Amino acid sequence: MTRAPRPDQRSDAEPPGLPGFRTWRGVYLFVFGWFVLVVTLLAVFTWTFS
Amino acid sequence: MNVADWVVLLGTMVGIAAYGSWRTRHIRSLNTYLKGSQSTGWGTIGLSVMATQASAITFISIPGQGFESGIGFVQNYFGLPLALIIVCAVFLPLYRRFGVYTAYEFLGRRFDRKTRLLGAGLFLLQRGLAAGVTIYAPAIILSTVLGWRLDLIIVFTGLLVIVYTVTGGSEAVSLTQKWQMAVIFSGMATAFVVLLVKLPEGLGFSGAAHVAGALGKLQAVDLSFDPSRRYTLWTGLLGGLFLSLSYFGTDQSQVQRYIGGGSLREGRLGLMFNALLKIPMQFLILLLGALLFVFYQFERPPLFFNQSEWQRHAQGPEGGTFLVLEERHAVAVAETEKAIRAWLGARTSHAAGVEAIARATMLEAYGRTAAVRSEAKATLLAADPRAKTKDSDYVFITFILAELPHGAIGLLIAVMFAAALSSKAAELNALGTTTTIDFWRHFRPLAAADEARNVRVAKRFTALWGLFAVGFALFAGFAENLIEAINILGSIFYGVMLGIFLVAFFFRRVGGSAVFFAAVTAQALVVLMFLSLNIGYLWYNLIGCAACIAFSLLLQVVLRPRAPTDEGGAA
Repeated sequence: MTRAPRPDQRSDAEPPGLPGFRTWRGVYLFVFGWFVLVVTLLAVFTWTFS
Repeated sequence: MNVADWVVLLGTMVGIAAYGSWRTRHIRSLNTYLKGSQSTGWGTIGLSVMATQASAITFISIPGQGFESGIGFVQNYFGLPLALIIVCAVFLPLYRRFGVYTAYEFLGRRFDRKTRLLGAGLFLLQRGLAAGVTIYAPAIILSTVLGWRLDLIIVFTGLLVIVYTVTGGSEAVSLTQKWQMAVIFSGMATAFVVLLVKLPEGLGFSGAAHVAGALGKLQAVDLSFDPSRRYTLWTGLLGGLFLSLSYFGTDQSQVQRYIGGGSLREGRLGLMFNALLKIPMQFLILLLGALLFVFYQFERPPLFFNQSEWQRHAQGPEGGTFLVLEERHAVAVAETEKAIRAWLGARTSHAAGVEAIARATMLEAYGRTAAVRSEAKATLLAADPRAKTKDSDYVFITFILAELPHGAIGLLIAVMFAAALSSKAAELNALGTTTTIDFWRHFRPLAAADEARNVRVAKRFTALWGLFAVGFALFAGFAENLIEAINILGSIFYGVMLGIFLVAFFFRRVGGSAVFFAAVTAQALVVLMFLSLNIGYLWYNLIGCAACIAFSLLLQVVLRPRAPTDEGGAA
């Protein structure tokens, strides 16, 4: 048995290489924000047409 | 179908398969055969992940689901982007750091041999059974509608996918999936445009959406806490999160799609691509179904969309009853159309009272049409208790064959086959890899050094799984609701599997024996609950996962930590 590996700091330090994003955390926040926006738009869609 | 349709269908299916086989015919390296090329970019990985998840059922059943029950099924995908973020941040970096071929190999490094074999065994059991469904599901529908022989469709698609998956392994799977997705996107866009053009003049998208909404088909978000409701915001967020996390994080058919590539960045971006696009894509497919519903309020639909099943009984001794039902349906549809047109007119009059009366009349008329449809299904069942009464899987294909121009029909049938081949290829690739790495090579450690032999064995196992899937599809009968049958099957096993991996990642002190016995107990609990309770199946992901983690922590207190095994030192 091996103990659970710790999160790899190097993998998060590696830049995503996307314009406007310096860290992976920024990419994840963007994706999460997009998800919230999509769900909100779907709720508005439901409210508009139902 | 005419010659143009056949050219498009066979050209895309056989052409893509031949291209994939030809491009990857010289692969000799085990790493490339099992993980794909080191130069694979994030776009190919992203499309490959998407193609693996989107089976033919997605493009046959989901528009039907939008037609029958509305677009609420989209909530099933709400947990997906969150799950993909977790996979990107936690799972993927560790898989790459350990350099594993399979997710279950990681379990061997982290825990012990028996936990690795349990994980791999659960995967082979669940995915092996689903492999038959993946071929059978589209084949039964297409054979019914097109009048083709079911066994020939199964054998032809099965052999085609076996040829290129065995030849080029993971590299061929990713390469063909990219082009198959191009066929799928262009086909679905064509169907959407044709549908919009075919809507009654003056109605437009906005009018159609209002009709669908008024008739209860556009509730995308349901805030209800009723546990018996299958799709709500909460089941989507919680159950969907756990289902997606286990599917993308622990199912080898997905893990194999993103652990390769040139760098960690490519895999991560491929997954984020899916996190951004999956919900909008599923929404559009469901919306297509809801718009089909509107289309068939103005264009007289068949009373029962599975016309083959209907005609089989309508021509029997109780044909008179079926004829009366058809006549009543025609009258009800005409009245509903009239009521909808009256309501659309009343909406523009801006008189609230008039609009409310017109809406009530429309709902009443639609209720009568729906009642005749229900009565037709009951009559079918009375005539033959084994009759298949669910016809929503036949709605989209009926529209395609009746309304699309030639050429486009071939393209849309190609969409169904492309989706079937792409998901099937990923499954076979993963089944062959897991059998080779986690079982064959595990019990023959000396053979690990002979790379050429490993590739040969992986090819043989992939071919064997392909033949098993074809045989299973040929001889098995499947549940009526195809997409849900697969999801239910997944939910029974996925929760516990995810529990094992979450313990591996986040509970550092838990050892192999504790998690192994906890997983076995949790799996037995889930099966027992499934057989005795009536709750939404997405909840089993949560229950299985939570039970596995809780039992692991409890057992770890009882069991003393074991000495490291021969697999333990690598981390």
